[in-house]
Amino acid sequence: MAKRSLSKTVLPTVLTYLGLAVGLVFAGFPILWMFFTSLKSNTEIFALPPRLLPGQFTMIAYRSIFDDPTKVRFFLNSYLVAGVVTVLTVLIAILTAYGFSRYSFWGKNALNVFIISTQTVPPITLLIPYFGMVVTFGIFDSYFALILTYMVFTLPYAILLMTGYLNTLPKEMDEAVLVDGGSSWSALWRVIVPLSLPGIVATAVYTFLLAWNEFLFALTLTKSMEMRTVPIGIELLMGQHAFEWNEMMAMSVLGSLPLLVLYLIAQRYFLAGMTAGSVKS
Amino acid sequence: MLFPMIAVLRYSLLDGAIMKPNAAFVGLENYQTIFSDPVFWQAVGQTLYFTIMSVVFHLLIGLAFALMLNSDRIDPKIRSVLRVLYILPWLFTAVIIAIIWRLLLDPNGVINGVLIALHIVNFKVEWFSSTKTALNALTFANIWAGYPLYMVSLLAGLQGISRDLYEAAGIDGANELQKFRYITIPQLMPIMISIALLDFIWTMQVFPLVWMTTGGGPIYATEVLSTYTYKLAFSRYQFSLAAASAICILIMSMSVTYFYIKHQKAR
Repeated sequence: MAKRSLSKTVLPTVLTYLGLAVGLVFAGFPILWMFFTSLKSNTEIFALPPRLLPGQFTMIAYRSIFDDPTKVRFFLNSYLVAGVVTVLTVLIAILTAYGFSRYSFWGKNALNVFIISTQTVPPITLLIPYFGMVVTFGIFDSYFALILTYMVFTLPYAILLMTGYLNTLPKEMDEAVLVDGGSSWSALWRVIVPLSLPGIVATAVYTFLLAWNEFLFALTLTKSMEMRTVPIGIELLMGQHAFEWNEMMAMSVLGSLPLLVLYLIAQRYFLAGMTAGSVKS
Repeated sequence: MLFPMIAVLRYSLLDGAIMKPNAAFVGLENYQTIFSDPVFWQAVGQTLYFTIMSVVFHLLIGLAFALMLNSDRIDPKIRSVLRVLYILPWLFTAVIIAIIWRLLLDPNGVINGVLIALHIVNFKVEWFSSTKTALNALTFANIWAGYPLYMVSLLAGLQGISRDLYEAAGIDGANELQKFRYITIPQLMPIMISIALLDFIWTMQVFPLVWMTTGGGPIYATEVLSTYTYKLAFSRYQFSLAAASAICILIMSMSVTYFYIKHQKAR
């Protein structure tokens, strides 16, 4: 009897832990391998038998990135473009979402469907006309070209996430401001914005992630080394002479760092905001 | 958004868009050229294979992880740490995912090292540069990168299921499997359908991962619609043909989007 209940309760628990451990190796091993490779010297990378930890820790890969102004520039460009895109996107999204969640107007439903469907337009389809437009307007190879085209992709998500979040706030709150004689403008900035901070944080983090990770447009709409972003920098490093694996991995670690930090700081808001937005959109 | 779509449609009906100042209208000729290219159809097939395999495994792995992380058998502290760790692959850029897997799957890399040590294979497999394995290696890398979105959403869905349902079923004598089959799955179904449809659309459009691992090669073995289109436009400067191919991707995406929007509205 005791044996039977043991197998009934202990076995599933052990199996679940085992499954979680397998999952951890699946999810974590590639990332650990990336991290430790960035701390190896290039001769050690394909050592046999393969070893996770470097025989000798070295920062040589990181030093060669920071000593190279071209590579530092990749990072500055990425921070600048993603930062500007995030600020502009969040501002526009707050205003649009406020309109969507508080007012009803002619064509609202059609506009909503339009915004949802823009999420699913293939970037490659838009790339060709954007390439033509960017060349015609003479903004090829500029920050401006990247910021404008990125916002076409970040805005639909941001608007949906923000609208979803604002819909969870009761209307009575901003109506109270109106009753007290305030304008809807002050209701937005003094009541809605502070209350929807979790939603704003989630939207901002997600926008930053999209802009920071973008590859196709950065590859095609910029040309000079001064305008390249981190993902393209990694691609260029890959195309060079011999593979400097440790340096590529160091670039990858540095290129993932801002997202990891943002995610860990905003984790709680992020998951809550994402689910509120996606469930209700 | 609307204007560029009209522009790309117009390009696809011209001969030599962008490159010629007075490109002539040629009707559907570009589409005929594309449809008679066997590589295009190979790319369509490979895009669908890549997409369907990715979506199915994303769903299975995401669901398995979500169920394990939601289980009461596991210490809550361990659960919250693991939840963060399991999400990690999602935070990496496609380019970085591509080079991580190029390193791991390098013929001299660690995966071959382990497989040879375990006598599973007896030679150095060229995962990304053999026509036999490249597409599957690519799909595997994409599966690794994409499951966390499912996991996060399904976990939120699981936490939203009322405990009363399980208790009521327990009183009626349902076992764990029946509870899973008749409560968990139906309750999660709307979330699973939404994410699977979105993922299907996005995966169909994949570009950076393929571009950075195989570039569509070896000999078209991993050519997908986006790399096919990109090469037409920016390696061969055949913008009109590329526009026609881009319109095909758009139509495929939009037909799935139709179901997605219908599903979202029904909820």
